[in-house]
This record gives sequence, structure tokens and C-alpha cells, in this order.
Amino acid sequence: MLGKEEIAKRIAKEVKDKYFVNLGIGIPTLVANYVRTDISVEFQSENGVLGMGPFPFEGEEDADVINAGKQTITTLPGASFFDSAFSFGMIRSQKVDLTILGAMEVAENGDIANWKIPGKMVKGMGGAMDLVASAENIIVAMMHVNKAGESKILKRCTLPLTGVGCVKKVVTELAVLEITPKGFQLLERAPGVSVEHIIASTEADLIIEGEIPEMVID
Amino acid sequence: MINKKVNSVQEALQGIEDNMTIMLGGFGLCGIPENSIAELVKKETTGLTCISNNAGVDDFGLGLLLQKRQIKKMISSYVGENAEFERQMLSGELDVELTPQGTLAEKCRAAQAGIPAFFTPAGYGTEIAEGKESREFNGKMHIMELAYKADFSIVKAWKGDEAGNLIFKGTARNFNACMAGAAKITIAEVEELVPVGLLDPNQIHIPGIMVQRIFKGEKFEKRIEQRTVRKR
Repeated sequence: MLGKEEIAKRIAKEVKDKYFVNLGIGIPTLVANYVRTDISVEFQSENGVLGMGPFPFEGEEDADVINAGKQTITTLPGASFFDSAFSFGMIRSQKVDLTILGAMEVAENGDIANWKIPGKMVKGMGGAMDLVASAENIIVAMMHVNKAGESKILKRCTLPLTGVGCVKKVVTELAVLEITPKGFQLLERAPGVSVEHIIASTEADLIIEGEIPEMVID
Repeated sequence: MINKKVNSVQEALQGIEDNMTIMLGGFGLCGIPENSIAELVKKETTGLTCISNNAGVDDFGLGLLLQKRQIKKMISSYVGENAEFERQMLSGELDVELTPQGTLAEKCRAAQAGIPAFFTPAGYGTEIAEGKESREFNGKMHIMELAYKADFSIVKAWKGDEAGNLIFKGTARNFNACMAGAAKITIAEVEELVPVGLLDPNQIHIPGIMVQRIFKGEKFEKRIEQRTVRKR
């Protein structure tokens, strides 16, 4: 079973040379730490920055330079700032190659829910609806089951949707799943986790073809 | 040069009355017009509809207006950092219109650009699309969104001149640049206000025609919401 850092490490392998990447809040933010250093990648944050760098050194924080998670950040040489309308313009026009975000539920038809639990929790969708509606390549980083032990990988989402038919891949503490026209296909399993364990933890049906390899982390 | 300078926040906010619709720039606490918000608290203007991406935190930004129940309706994309907001919303005391962030930005930009409506794929197939016209373009479904109509827009810039020209810094540009000129009257509060001629026209982000009143903010706390650092 993977920890959050390891989920981030596995997703980092999906980031390819010359990609512009948007990282959501939570596990996705960690992905930046594990991207290969021999490729060129630029990180976009939808509040209005391209070319994000690491967190600032202590004492060098600037209240005017933050990411979409409201965290203080730095910029790398070649970075640029722009307004929020322009920022979503580059997202809608598909200049951003890869979007990585968290979810409360993902369904086998590619639907995603991550912004609201009616009557309980309403934080808002932020930029997630815009991102999932426009991005061509969307990877979800999430826990396979919720705190009550229930699967978050479903036949159909039960929570209000963020987007329809948009998710391409899901990486959890148990597995890497691809969403195909026929539903979830199990691609990889976490080290030490059996296929049976993954099936038992998943409400949706899984397409399992041949031997399922263990994920390679690092 | 047409002079937009006013000498105080009180003068800048003249004409803002109960039950008006106001746009406020900023993302989280970054680039919020904090002097104007403090003055709105003092003025005790109530029944406000506020268009702002976020609602501040409990004790800063728009959270201050929420505490005093001065806001009737919030139009935002993300309100996760404000417990009082969530409480008022779930109890039904506060009317809330949650809008995807890019749509919110574009509804401001459309107002600024004189475009009454536009189509976006964001929110298609979700509850956001309910009651909205939808159309297919290039094989993809979109929903129609309308430009905002607001009485006042209050933005914060780093530098400005007396003609109302604005320059932003870093990610504090966010919604400030989209909201300038998007309401009947735009008020700009700036950290540094200079006489005309001192800003390079090549570096202006928002031309003065979009701004009706400009003033130098008395003090900027510029609170950081998530202070994240790394070790040396």
C-alpha cells in the first residue's frame, strides 16, 4: 500500500518532456518534487503563474507570489504572471498538457466528483470544473477507499459531479487504473497488494488482462 | 490627463449603498483591496452582493464583512478557508452562487469587454448547467454564461498613477485585472500612487480608462494564508 508521497512519485512518471502541467491541491502538489530532472517541464497554477518553482527559503516568502493552494512559492527563470481570465484561457484552449487533481469519487465512465457533499461540506469547485472540462489528459490522485472503508472507485458517482467523462487515469494507494470505453482497466498494483485485495476494495468492475505488474516507484 | 485621484478611502467609496452588487479583486488573501474592505466594515453597508473568487478567512478579507452580516449573497468559486461562511451557507442565512473559477473570471472579463454572454465547456453535465442554454461547438457541449452586472468594482494594484493606470505584482494580478472596468464604477487602491509620467506606458497592465477613482491605501497587511517554506 502506498503513502501519499509514493502516489506522487508514481504519477510523476506520467509527466513527459515539454509538458505544461497543472497540479491540484494535496497529493498532486507533491508530484512536482519527483519529476525527472533531465526533462523540461513547466508548472502552471490557475491563479495566474507559469513557471512555478519550489517553496521559498524561510524569510523570503512574498505575499504576492502564491499558487492556487494559496501557498507561498517561487518562480523559475522564464516564468510569467497573468490574470485569471487569461490563465483559464490557456486551460480552455488546451495549452496545458496534463492536469493532475484529487477527487472524492471517480466513476467508470470517467465522471469525477470533488467539490461538494450536499448538506455537509461545500468548499466550492475552484478551478476544477474548468480544468476537467478542457484538459485532454487528466490524472486523478486519490485514496482508493474513504475513511469509512468504502470504495471511491465507482460504477456511477453519487456526489454532485465536477465533470463528465473526462478522467483518463487514476492512481491510488492500491493501484493504477486506466479508464477505457469499457470501464476501469487495472494496469498496475501497489507493491505487496494483491489483485484480490484491489477487487475487494473497488465497487466498480475491473477489467483485468493477464498478469498485473507491481508499480515501479523511484 | 484626466485625474482620477481621490484623497481617502472614504471619498473613494462614496456612493456604495445597501443592497448593491460589488466586485472585489483578489485570490485568497493575495491582492485583496484590504483598505476598502476595512472601510466597508466601518460604513456598515449591508445587503451586499459580492462577486469575489474567495470569501477571505474568518478574521480577514471578506470574512470581516461576513462576521458583521453585511453580505446577503456571495458569488465565488472556492470558500473552503472560511468556517463562518460555510456555517452561514449551510444554515441558509447567506445566499451563495458557486461558479467555476474560469467562468467567474470570464464573466468579469466579458463585462469589462462589453460582451453580454459566452459559451464555455466548464460545468456541462453538472448542477452548474441547470437552467442554462447549452450548445454543441466542434463536437463538444458548452453552456452559456452571462457577463456580470455590478455597481462597483474594487481592485487592488501594486502601482498606479493619477490617470488611473495600473501595474500589478506577481499573482496579485489575478482577478484584479479582470474586474477593472467591469462595473459601472471602478475603484483602485494601490500601494504606490505616482504622478503621471512616472510609469512606463509599455509596462501598464490596465489603462486608466477602466478606473474612475484611485487612491493610495493607508496600510497593507498583506497577510499570507499558507506560509510554505523550505529549509536552506
